[in-house]
Amino acid sequence: MLKHRIIPCLLMLDNGLVKTKCFVKPKYVGDPINAIRIFNDKEVDELMVLDIGASRESREPNYELIEQFAGECFMPLCYGGGIRSVEQARRLFALGVEKVCLQSAALDDLTIVTRIAEQFGSQSVLVSADVKSNWLGKHRLYSSKTTKFVDISWLTFLTDAVAAGAGEVLLNSVDRDGTMQGMDVDMIREAAAALPVPLIAVGGASSLQDIKAAVDAGASAVSAGAMFVFHGPHRAVLITYPKYRDLEQLFDQ
Amino acid sequence: MKIAIPALPCGNFSSVLKIIERVGGSAEIVDDPSHLASFGKMIIAGVGAFDHGMSCIRNRGWLDALDDFALRKHRPVLGICLGMQLICNRSEEGSIPGLGWVDANVVRFRLEPGSKMKVPHMGWNTVKIAKENTLIPLNSVEEQRFYFVHSYHAVCTDPQDVLATAFHGHEITAALSKGNVMGVQFHPEKSHRFGMALMQRFVELKC
Repeated sequence: MLKHRIIPCLLMLDNGLVKTKCFVKPKYVGDPINAIRIFNDKEVDELMVLDIGASRESREPNYELIEQFAGECFMPLCYGGGIRSVEQARRLFALGVEKVCLQSAALDDLTIVTRIAEQFGSQSVLVSADVKSNWLGKHRLYSSKTTKFVDISWLTFLTDAVAAGAGEVLLNSVDRDGTMQGMDVDMIREAAAALPVPLIAVGGASSLQDIKAAVDAGASAVSAGAMFVFHGPHRAVLITYPKYRDLEQLFDQ
Repeated sequence: MKIAIPALPCGNFSSVLKIIERVGGSAEIVDDPSHLASFGKMIIAGVGAFDHGMSCIRNRGWLDALDDFALRKHRPVLGICLGMQLICNRSEEGSIPGLGWVDANVVRFRLEPGSKMKVPHMGWNTVKIAKENTLIPLNSVEEQRFYFVHSYHAVCTDPQDVLATAFHGHEITAALSKGNVMGVQFHPEKSHRFGMALMQRFVELKC
């Protein structure tokens, strides 16, 4: 049987690794290469690296650094941040990245998703949606680049992204980012039921039970940041990843 | 002897090169079909659409060199992912005939209506080994798991050609072989020590 993937999500800012809380207050958590090496040794299912400064600063991906990341990964690596063209995606694939994650560019023009999918296959392009509650508590699509709400429903955006060729979607809860207070199970359920492609849920996971809840709601994969880089109530930096045996037991329940 | 990786434009070879190096082998990306004959083994790696892969092979003069290597020189060949599908007869994904080295046809996943399974079949899956083979041990204590990403799968005409299967909605061919030609649907280069062990076996295979 296909396993549910558990994917550490690493955020990069100024070439260092950080972890945010509700998309703000990035806390430095260490050197990315070192962290990736540890995750590779722990045999993680897959790894996601998002450069959260690239689009905001209209910067290209840091190819040199990403090539070093890919060199440490004997599992699939997904990179997101600052990708605006097919040529940039091609360059990333050539460095050994399996998947590119698009958000800002896809919000501007979904045809970039189609153009990448046509050349490199749908499996190589992921579209992410950041969803944040407005003052009425309503879930709204949010642009991490402009830090503003986007005037289109988050589910419509993801549905259109899949129709444009995205082979997978990343659904992120801004409200729960880094809080470790559990995942937005209702939102995950709604997305998973509506979308025909694998859904990676991220935002809020703190335990194996949170991961299980997201999977039960229909997520094909669960990603987490804080859960895998922080330890204890004071959020001391410690890189961890569940043991394969524990994950097996979790999903057998 | 060095392993050739034909530089088909549908490929992403750095991961394959890296894992071969890691297990003590050596491989080279080959740009010119006429250089292929000087290599001992070959890996056909690639992702993307079937027709795109086959048209690259045909339009860039690879077809004769590949056939010569596999069918006349009988040197070991490993197809990975799309590479495995290209060595089959044909695919529902496209209209251009495949290399036809293994008597198999590539078909799309046919999941039950209302199935919760998603296509592409993406992620880690365990494989069931069908018979003794040179790539994956038959009776290992630990389950063998690999990273898969695909929407189409190969169906062998002769079940004897199936080396391993995986389950996603229904049984699919995870690995196949016909004589010197082998193929795996999953990505050994992205499958941690399980993939490393497989690549090491291919590297150490006597020509």
